[in-house]
Amino acid sequence: MATPLTLKELSKKEILLTSGHRMCSGCGAPIIVKMVLLASDYPIVAANATGCLEVSTCISDYTAWKIPWIHNAFENAAATLSGVETMYRSLKKQGKIDKDIKFIAFGGDGGTYDIGLQSLSGAMERGHDMLYVCYDNGAYMNTGIQRSSATPYGADTTTCPAGSVIQGKPQPRKNLTKIMAAHDIPYTAQASPSHWMDLVKKVKKALEIKGPKFMNILSPCNRGWRSKTDDAIQLSKLAVETCYWPLYEIENGVSKVTFKPKEKKPLVDFLKPQGRFKHLFAPENENMLKNFQEMVDKEWGSLLKASGTE
Amino acid sequence: MTAKVVAATGNEAVANALRQVNPDVSAAYPITPATDIMQRFTSFVSDGKVKTEMILVESEHSAMSGCIGASAAGGRVMTATSSQGLALMWEELFIASGTRLPIVMALVNRALSAPLNIHGDHSDGMGARDCGWIQLWSENAQEAYDNTIQAFRIAEHMDIRLPVMVCLDGFIISHSIERIEYIDDDAVSKLVGEYKQLNPLLDLEHPVSYGPLILPDYYMEYRKAHAEVMSKVPGIVLDVAKDFEKISGRKYGLFEEYRLDDAEIGLVILNSAAGTSKDVIDSFREKGIKAGLLKPRLFRPFPYDEIGNALKHLKAICVLDRADAFGGSYGPLFIDIAASLYPHKNGPALINKIYGLGGRDYMPSHAELVLNELVEIAKTGKVKMIKEYIAVRE
Amino acid sequence: MKLKGWKNVNPGAVVTEAGSALEFKTGSWRAYRPKWIEENCIQCLFCWAYCPDMAVNVNDGKMTGFNYDYCKGCGICALECPGKKGNKAIVMEEEGK
Repeated sequence: MATPLTLKELSKKEILLTSGHRMCSGCGAPIIVKMVLLASDYPIVAANATGCLEVSTCISDYTAWKIPWIHNAFENAAATLSGVETMYRSLKKQGKIDKDIKFIAFGGDGGTYDIGLQSLSGAMERGHDMLYVCYDNGAYMNTGIQRSSATPYGADTTTCPAGSVIQGKPQPRKNLTKIMAAHDIPYTAQASPSHWMDLVKKVKKALEIKGPKFMNILSPCNRGWRSKTDDAIQLSKLAVETCYWPLYEIENGVSKVTFKPKEKKPLVDFLKPQGRFKHLFAPENENMLKNFQEMVDKEWGSLLKASGTE
Repeated sequence: MTAKVVAATGNEAVANALRQVNPDVSAAYPITPATDIMQRFTSFVSDGKVKTEMILVESEHSAMSGCIGASAAGGRVMTATSSQGLALMWEELFIASGTRLPIVMALVNRALSAPLNIHGDHSDGMGARDCGWIQLWSENAQEAYDNTIQAFRIAEHMDIRLPVMVCLDGFIISHSIERIEYIDDDAVSKLVGEYKQLNPLLDLEHPVSYGPLILPDYYMEYRKAHAEVMSKVPGIVLDVAKDFEKISGRKYGLFEEYRLDDAEIGLVILNSAAGTSKDVIDSFREKGIKAGLLKPRLFRPFPYDEIGNALKHLKAICVLDRADAFGGSYGPLFIDIAASLYPHKNGPALINKIYGLGGRDYMPSHAELVLNELVEIAKTGKVKMIKEYIAVRE
Repeated sequence: MKLKGWKNVNPGAVVTEAGSALEFKTGSWRAYRPKWIEENCIQCLFCWAYCPDMAVNVNDGKMTGFNYDYCKGCGICALECPGKKGNKAIVMEEEGK
């Protein structure tokens, strides 16, 4: 299917996530899901961990999904999808199904980095033919913005609030993308909805590969990030341009940066519009900003080195 | 009707039953004493004797999650576990039954930690008795084999569509060799039949969404619907038993009544200890004492009416529990038996003995002790102590 | 939607009507609504790509307006709109004015 990759061509496809879902106004997650589903030329069956996306897209008799979809519990989107994918293989072997179906699991950073890490690791290790998409908004947003291991250093959340003794999250973010790459799966990538073509290309590539794939996609949350309702794309763009959220892929162990910002912006450009980092701009927290910038620089540096694009 | 008579352990028999049923997918994680079932089964898989695709998951929670995904996808699914494994998949048990997925699980009964104990008692099955699964309890390897086969028919019945767990005593039955009659492969295949799909995820023409959020305006209706389906289970269990009798020659009901018709005193007891007790019942009968025994088979849903009617004429009953309800209450089986006798105002005196926890042996002498106490109670009408632990050192 | 009784709910709460969320009109959530200024539109389709609610109507590769039944008024479309020569093709106006 050699249709040119343009928004115009993509717009002619049916979007398999409908309007009428109850995600917050301006939420990044449905933008991501829309793009992921549009990227696929194959029929998809999806699993979803408990979280904002799941709870807001399927309530009572209302479902925004036009593809087969299963929600089981919080920590087991990967294990559940493993079951679906295995039944598919079993029935295909028995000649009861002949269609080519692709399997995608959606989980927030909560259901992926933390409680869901075991089942994700297990599924990736067993080699199921599935793609796991993590929409990373940096906290347990659905239950009211509690800290997860994906929460950035210094961020204010409701369980690690910026107070007089502790100034937000003391630990740096866990680098789940690297952890997934260390599973030696055929494809791991980071993407952002602001760079839609990069995202769509990565999903397309992933779906052509047989085996376990993982994609980590930054999902701005204006509620949890205390940013403006219309900021989702701007913020994810800044995240990429400040190299807080580098866009790269690791295919069969080979790293490649897929987008190098023309001019690497200072991290504060990404932090300033977000209320969750407001306290970092107080004079007594100057060293935290410095630490944070150093963390980002170090990670970006090692990524460039690994990609051979210094 | 060709039966093959073998000497096999409970686990071996269950694994063979699963081989004959030949499910589409299984997701399982090892745990003593259930491990052997899956070890034997996976050797069938490796030798191409079954079409089952195995998912060797990384925990029991993922085992049930994988089973749920596979069952929702649209095919026949089974697994096996015990004790801590069952405890780890606790939330998934409710999800499986609430989603109405006909998964079958062999539960090799083992004590729950802490303290850690790998031996047989009923605390795991009893702990999960309210999770919405159908529970069949098995006295010996033959019953475990027979129940496993019937479980699929019960679970997959279009009026039911609920998961079923088949319980058998850990080590006592799972690892002991007994004489078993296997039914031939074809007969089992025919009895179980083709799997009928309901809202399969893999049906792309009719995309469905599993697992919605349900708010207070609907949750209760779903639970009522589930309760209603549960009420149909006993009838279907009996129907399947009738069909099973045709291929096996063995009769099954909701429970077994042993010399109960004219009994004055009786034991109510589950699983292997019932076998031990029946011999003691016989010896008491030889002495002229009218003793009997009731062994529940379908424990969930509990057939309150039928069991109440079967026991109401006795003068004194001891309910023996191989699990204590650790909240300091009566044993779980006792509570259900008491409830079944509640409508019968002039019913028997009831006492509760806790026995055999953590694999502690249940000996004929224990049954004798209990029956002698019942003789006294039947004579005097006086109960010294309702609940007591037996065979425990002071 | 009239509430169903227990006899009529789907077994296992499985939702069998795909895309039934369309019956839930989220347009009532808006405080601001996007206004399309057609003469400034270069048909880049960024608004369609970035709308979280699939509320930008597109026909044969061209943006034709907004679906106010669902638009939550987040304003992403207006912010991302490149417009023509510095004039936006989408502006946010207060709802109900």
